Amino acid sequence: MLDKKLLTVACAAVFATLSAGAQAQYSGNVVKIGVLTDLSGTYSDLAGSGAVLATEMAIADFIAKEKPAFKIEMVSSDHQNKADIAANKAREWFEREGVDTATELVTTSTALAVMKIAKEKDRIALINGAASTPITNEQCNDVSVHYTYDTYALSNGTAKAVTQQGGKTWFFLTADYAFGHALEKDATAVITANGGKVLGSVAHPFPGSDFSSFLLQAQASGAQVIGLANAGADTTNAIKQAAEFGITPKQSLAGLLMFITDVHSLGLKPTQGMYLTTGFYWDRNDETRAWAKRFFDKQKRMPTMVQAGQYSSIYHYLEAVKAAGTDDTMKVMAAMKKAPINDFFAKNGVIRADGRMVHDMYLVQVKKPADSKYPWDYYTIRQTIPADQAFQPLSESRCPLVKK
Amino acid sequence: MEIFGIPSALLGSQLLIGLINGSFYAILSLGLAIIFGLLNIINFAHGAQYMMGAFIAWLALTKFGINYWVALIATPIIVGAFGVLLERTMLRKLYKLDHLYGLLLTFGIALIIEGIFRDQFGISGQSYDVPELLSGGVNLGFMFLPIYRGWIIVAALTVCFGTWFMIERTKLGAYLRAGTENSQMVQALGINVPLLITFTYGYGVALAAFAGVLAAPVFQVNPLMGSHLIIVVFAVVVIGGMGSIMGSIVTGLGLGLIEGLTKVFYPEASSVIVFVIMVIVLLVRPAGLFGKA
Amino acid sequence: MRPTTLASQSAVLNPAVLYTVLLVLGLLAPFTLYPTFLMKVLCFALFASAFNLLLGFAGLLSFGHAAFLGSAGYVCGLMVRDLGVTPEVGILAGTVVAGLMGWVFGSLAIRRTGIYFAMITLALAQMVYFLVLQIKATGGEDGLQGVPRGHLFGIVDLSDNMAMYYTVYAVFCLGFFIIYRTIHSPFGQILKAIRENEPRAISLGYDVDKFKLLAFVISAALSGTAGATKTLVFQLASLSDVHWHMSGEVVLMTLLGGLGTILGPAVGGATIVTIQNQLADSVGSWVTVIMGAIFVVCVLLFRRGIVGEIQALLKRAGMQ
Repeated sequence: MLDKKLLTVACAAVFATLSAGAQAQYSGNVVKIGVLTDLSGTYSDLAGSGAVLATEMAIADFIAKEKPAFKIEMVSSDHQNKADIAANKAREWFEREGVDTATELVTTSTALAVMKIAKEKDRIALINGAASTPITNEQCNDVSVHYTYDTYALSNGTAKAVTQQGGKTWFFLTADYAFGHALEKDATAVITANGGKVLGSVAHPFPGSDFSSFLLQAQASGAQVIGLANAGADTTNAIKQAAEFGITPKQSLAGLLMFITDVHSLGLKPTQGMYLTTGFYWDRNDETRAWAKRFFDKQKRMPTMVQAGQYSSIYHYLEAVKAAGTDDTMKVMAAMKKAPINDFFAKNGVIRADGRMVHDMYLVQVKKPADSKYPWDYYTIRQTIPADQAFQPLSESRCPLVKK
Repeated sequence: MEIFGIPSALLGSQLLIGLINGSFYAILSLGLAIIFGLLNIINFAHGAQYMMGAFIAWLALTKFGINYWVALIATPIIVGAFGVLLERTMLRKLYKLDHLYGLLLTFGIALIIEGIFRDQFGISGQSYDVPELLSGGVNLGFMFLPIYRGWIIVAALTVCFGTWFMIERTKLGAYLRAGTENSQMVQALGINVPLLITFTYGYGVALAAFAGVLAAPVFQVNPLMGSHLIIVVFAVVVIGGMGSIMGSIVTGLGLGLIEGLTKVFYPEASSVIVFVIMVIVLLVRPAGLFGKA
Repeated sequence: MRPTTLASQSAVLNPAVLYTVLLVLGLLAPFTLYPTFLMKVLCFALFASAFNLLLGFAGLLSFGHAAFLGSAGYVCGLMVRDLGVTPEVGILAGTVVAGLMGWVFGSLAIRRTGIYFAMITLALAQMVYFLVLQIKATGGEDGLQGVPRGHLFGIVDLSDNMAMYYTVYAVFCLGFFIIYRTIHSPFGQILKAIRENEPRAISLGYDVDKFKLLAFVISAALSGTAGATKTLVFQLASLSDVHWHMSGEVVLMTLLGGLGTILGPAVGGATIVTIQNQLADSVGSWVTVIMGAIFVVCVLLFRRGIVGEIQALLKRAGMQ
């Protein structure tokens, strides 16, 4: 808490010098990062204060290691998942406080809103928490990076692996709004391409709480796999109730958008054996463990992929600023796209023309309770999905920036 | 056998599930109806109090090892006591004012409760296991019914009709009903009306907490679990006719059934159907199905 | 019988002077304060004032006003973005649609009063929410994004913050003037008579339902104006605008500012927006708790609201 206050005070001081009209290579002699996230709502566990912490860690590590010639400041704010609050805050940051990049941006509506403003104000948007593919397709622009994951990567990875391992017939439980239908559509394409068949789907209202009706319909379909094209509390309730009604393990579940926080909150009993795709798992290797442990010491929770991605993206951004020798938006964007990303989060990660950062994703299976040896020991990594297969191919991108 | 292209086994199971969900609606709307009947307040904090019930049961189990059965009795008492506190310190001050202030106050209280739980326990929710005695299920031929779901119906109906009996057939209930009709007269007859009011609010809140404990093993225990449900329950109360005890029970169960059927025939509409019915009912019978005009 | 809300204005402060000062302050404000923020304040001030017309002067608590704010925002956004109409046409369209919706809501809801009325409007608004969530054109939970601010009357470029501000300010003043005139018209007096004693108003021969419905339609339409303008300012419309929390927020604004006062809701709206904006940076997850606490404190200790309390103070001072 105290450091945040200090940061704020520092920001005020910087703001004063900024208005004095310093015209250095670094606007206001400082590189200023804004973390705009959900600190109080539905996504506060998977992004939230953990993302703020990840940012602070990235800045501290960068300063310690690179000893940059420029100062780095951070501000953070709660957008409460409201696009208008996010838009208002981002504008204020860009116009009045000299913020160079708005980051995290969980939920697609806030991400899209801030992307537009970033473009208009010639600043950078680093998106980690938001999931939808329009960010790098119809709505893409050249100042935004979609860093950690998207719905395509998750549904694609999971659906493909499960189908290839013999889950040939599917039934979808789909949250009845654009996002749920997009998940279902992406997964269906992969399933059919791999010789599987979708027997049917049922659209459930969002948010729902009782899924037993829909689960029974899925059960009656006789499908081997029930695909959960929903997120958050909808997914966790559906998994819990599937176990209750004895649907699992006879039929298996595939969560198309799941985070480690969901598994943590449900426990291993109802989730065991599920496949899911993630961009980061803390217990993958020594490097991830070392970082995650530092995170855990402060947050008392293991990091989600969004929080790990937030760290990685901030660090990469700062490196690009250093390499470019300026915080000028287009020069930094060029530097970010030029240098590959190599850290505990990504190996040879690359930012494409459509703003998509492509990196390896991991297909994991949730452990049986008996196989879990220590806290947060949840996944077995079954497969590394190479970067070029994990994400939507550039050739299929509907982003106008991609030259075909 | 098929009915309207839906296998009858599926239809049967959906009706049963509808009844289970209807049980929750029934307990929650019953609590609202009792509170409304005597206090003339729409208790907007009902959803938050339901959530508190589920959370306290979860806390009791994970922190103190208190089992489900004890929690099922103790939690409503604890949350009910909290309700009594609210009534004594805050709601009491509003009785002479427009009823709308009660709604606004409880709305604010709901925000505070939900905010605190969200800050303390995060948003992802917690898992509460089905108690040993009620785990497993039975095959009914047309469906596999988890025993716990059957228990929900039994427990809910027992509590609902027990409450109905208490209000309609006992002396205390007679005072209550009289207090609803003309509280000054009842006061004049030497009955402690303020105490009666406090008790009623506490009891209504306890009902919400009871539903919360019942719900804990079925739904993820989440700080926002009540706020999604409460709006539907409001609609149930309006359809049943506000303040009508039997009306709220019957409407709760009935709407659960209708909602269950909607989930089969037109799932997209299942969250709106309650509101559509509400509008139709209000057009035909403005006082609700069981209300007095 | 002279309603308390009017009496207090007369003695101490000359309304003409007060309003002139406020008008000038509004014109100068963007030179010192952040214009985008001010525009948001104005939109919510208009929304709360429109809401207050119904609650404060007709005594009807609607818990579904988000439906008007949000729907108008979507209508305006879609028309400006996809049909390429000019901003003022978009705002007008949003207003008209909200007014029509108000007529439908009102026709159903005014058959009952008090809590029933609140519950009915809440349920209807909830239907609108699900509709907006599912229709493809609204973009679902992604929101309606990328609405251009466009050129006012095809001439003035609104992408300039100052131009946008004065447009919003003009819309606000116009909306506020309509509300002011409505309240001070014979129609407004009848509304107040209905609020104070409905059976008496009926016995005097007034068609009470007709007046209530008209008040509802005006309130809904102006809420729509606020919503449509807000969409232009932020260049987006999102689900949170139609969510029932928004309906709750506008009640809070009105209550905090002063129920049934003319300036109160605008003051309340400005206060809440400012608090939200400030708290977002400093307290993080405690925003909802603090909002809830304001609600509780207002209801228990502070029922006259900010403006109401000031008026009462001035009145007391004037009497001595």
